[in-house]
Amino acid sequence: MSTDTSPSTADTPTTPAGKAADYLDQRTSVGGAVKEFARKVFPDHWSFMLGEMALFSFVVLLLTGVFLTMFFDPSMALIEYHGAGPEAMQGQLMSVAFASTLDLSFEVRGGLLMRQIHHWAALVFMASIVVHMMRVFFTGAFRKPREINWLVGTVLMILGLAAGFSGYSLPDDVLSGNGLRITDGVVKSLPVIGSYLSYFIFGGEFPGEHIIPRLFTVHILLVPALILALIGVHLFLMVLHKHTQYPGGGRTHKNVVGYPLFPVYIAKMGGNFFIVFGILALMGATMSINNVWNYGPYDPSPVGAGAQPDWYMLFLEGSLRLMPGAGTEWVIFGYTLPLNVLIPAVVVPGLLFTFLFVYPFLEARVTGDKREHHVLDRPRNVPVRTGLGVAFLTAFIILALAGSNDLIATHFGMSINQITWAFRILFFVGPVLGFWITKRICLGLQRKDRELVLHGHETGRIVRFANGEYIEVHRPLDEQERWLRVNYDAYKPLEIEPATDARGVKRPGYKKDKRWQKLSRFFYEDRVEPVTPAELAAAHSHGEHDEIESAQHSPELVSGAENAEREH
Amino acid sequence: MKALAARRHHRAAPVVLLLLALLVTGGVYAVLAPSPATAETASTATDVEEGQRLFQANCATCHGPNAEGTPEAPSLVGVGAAAVDFQVSTGRMPMQMSGPQAAQKPPQMNEEQTAQLAAYVASLGAGPAIPTEEQVDAELGDSANGALLFRTNCAMCHNAVGAGGALSEGKWAPPLDEVSEQNIYQAMLTGPQSMPVFNDANITPDEKRDVIAYLVEQRDGSAGGLTLGSLGPVSEGLWAWVVGLGLMIGAAVWIGAKSS
Repeated sequence: MSTDTSPSTADTPTTPAGKAADYLDQRTSVGGAVKEFARKVFPDHWSFMLGEMALFSFVVLLLTGVFLTMFFDPSMALIEYHGAGPEAMQGQLMSVAFASTLDLSFEVRGGLLMRQIHHWAALVFMASIVVHMMRVFFTGAFRKPREINWLVGTVLMILGLAAGFSGYSLPDDVLSGNGLRITDGVVKSLPVIGSYLSYFIFGGEFPGEHIIPRLFTVHILLVPALILALIGVHLFLMVLHKHTQYPGGGRTHKNVVGYPLFPVYIAKMGGNFFIVFGILALMGATMSINNVWNYGPYDPSPVGAGAQPDWYMLFLEGSLRLMPGAGTEWVIFGYTLPLNVLIPAVVVPGLLFTFLFVYPFLEARVTGDKREHHVLDRPRNVPVRTGLGVAFLTAFIILALAGSNDLIATHFGMSINQITWAFRILFFVGPVLGFWITKRICLGLQRKDRELVLHGHETGRIVRFANGEYIEVHRPLDEQERWLRVNYDAYKPLEIEPATDARGVKRPGYKKDKRWQKLSRFFYEDRVEPVTPAELAAAHSHGEHDEIESAQHSPELVSGAENAEREH
Repeated sequence: MKALAARRHHRAAPVVLLLLALLVTGGVYAVLAPSPATAETASTATDVEEGQRLFQANCATCHGPNAEGTPEAPSLVGVGAAAVDFQVSTGRMPMQMSGPQAAQKPPQMNEEQTAQLAAYVASLGAGPAIPTEEQVDAELGDSANGALLFRTNCAMCHNAVGAGGALSEGKWAPPLDEVSEQNIYQAMLTGPQSMPVFNDANITPDEKRDVIAYLVEQRDGSAGGLTLGSLGPVSEGLWAWVVGLGLMIGAAVWIGAKSS
């Protein structure tokens, strides 16, 4: 960014940077846009950097990915390996893809570092997307006008899964080959089209000779292009809507309280980029990841213990591991319906993703709220949403843990069978418990907020009056504290028109309304209303009364109260 | 002396005393402790006799007075010296407690006693002998062939590089990174616990040595840095969250706190 981007016509710039900026501006009129952006205000909070972390990990992925592409050869032709790789790989038969992975790890200077940074960045990319989504979900940042951006983000997350999966399979090692075999099984489990689709994807019977080059194209062209395009849309919408802000005094749905992009956020974002890059480089340099030579070149026969996908796919693995096999594969008129694969690998993730896609619209419908929201919710003020989010995460985490059941068994000395049964039960019970406990905690916190607003902070100062009565002096909240605790919407369940009109004629659409009302009640039946000004005034008069009284009595305070005063 | 007496109520006095006491105890123990028996023994008739005595004292409760087996434990007639050496030298036998699988523990018998037990059990019936040093020398093995064999025969339970894995009902395939070459060979030969037997017709002695060479090569660590237990994507994912996300969120909080 230049120091002087909008020179007036009267005085010509003198510094080299100013001259360069002037040169550029006279030819592109970029000055106006730079001025606009430099003054764009962003609110300040660390959690607003989670999305940035995903973006910067993606930049690292692109940079290292370009490097890897120059040396990787996605061919499934068979060769005998003789190279700089580990002793154990010498003379083995392997695909060119696997051999070039070994070469780029052991012969290309810095190749292994690049590979490891790339892989760590992929894991961190998905992790920061998930954390970013959690932030957006729990603070209600998906509400109008940002529903579409939530959808874009969810699609980006799914594209991230696709990018990770396609890249993970490229080295053509035993581990990722096992993953592809599971994918093949899942595709084949689809009724009617399954076997055709499998032949279409693999260009014949699994594994065939086409899948690696195809995944390569998907991984380096199709998916990154889509991700880049959608990141563009995501950021464009973010700028268009302006960033959301946490609640606080002076922050409304009509303003943004924060600092300008230039110089504050340019510095912060730039710094954050280098920190993310640095951490990923550190991880790539010191922690080995996906040592494909450990697994060996792909061969459909062996499977190693501890065969799992990368963490973001673990929930699918866990879902498959939890599903009982016996009695769930049905043969109907000679056609197999493998529910033991279809339910865990298609239905369960389908339900999870559907929840993510429809939730903003569902919530908008049950609140009946059509206003724009730019101030974020405190999670406690929307107990059912927070509870649903926790329930979703509980299900996801239980599935991911179930996908690691063998490692849990060995590391905690437990029986894998018992762990699997425990997770089967927890998968259904855990989310319900998670929802219920979270909702109760939220309501409890809201009640505590009410209490705090009405009666103020406990000061620990005990005062005894002449008549022997003890009171604890409460310090009223300051304006900022109070604003934070009273300024939220406590939605009420939808109110619908009666079933019949004045003449007793049944109203069409009543049943539908009734169903929405039922859902709305689930959301908003239990609620804690914010303190109203009237309640506050009543409480205050009571408090002042206390204070006046204590002031009056203060000369006669007994020594105990004086001690308390001194401590205070 | 007076200076010392003046300081006896010092705050650090108990700690200093404790350290001194530990030092004295350790020193005395080091001087007086019996040195471990190092006598090399070839199996003799006295070994067998001594072994029988040890067997009756430590093993007969489960395996029967003449190693003929009981409902609790199998007969040991014909299991050979290799099986005894594996089980006893790794501390699996005598078994600490019953469970899904005999766990490893510090060996209860010293080398001499182990050899005597092995001699006794070997005298009951012909069985696999303890491998020679040459048979288990990793230097002589071909790790590339070992990798192939390991991937096909062992990795499904022991993990691709022998980091161990889970079996059903609380049983497990132990990690192999600290198992001695001799014990690896013996395990293949005798198939302890849930492990199948890989006899010499199945995997030849040379091939067994190749497998050992492959496993020993894994102990050099990874070219990529810390191995993270060589457990695969789950441990990688865990570290991505703990180290990657942990550091990044920490940094984000720091940047966020640095308000303009």
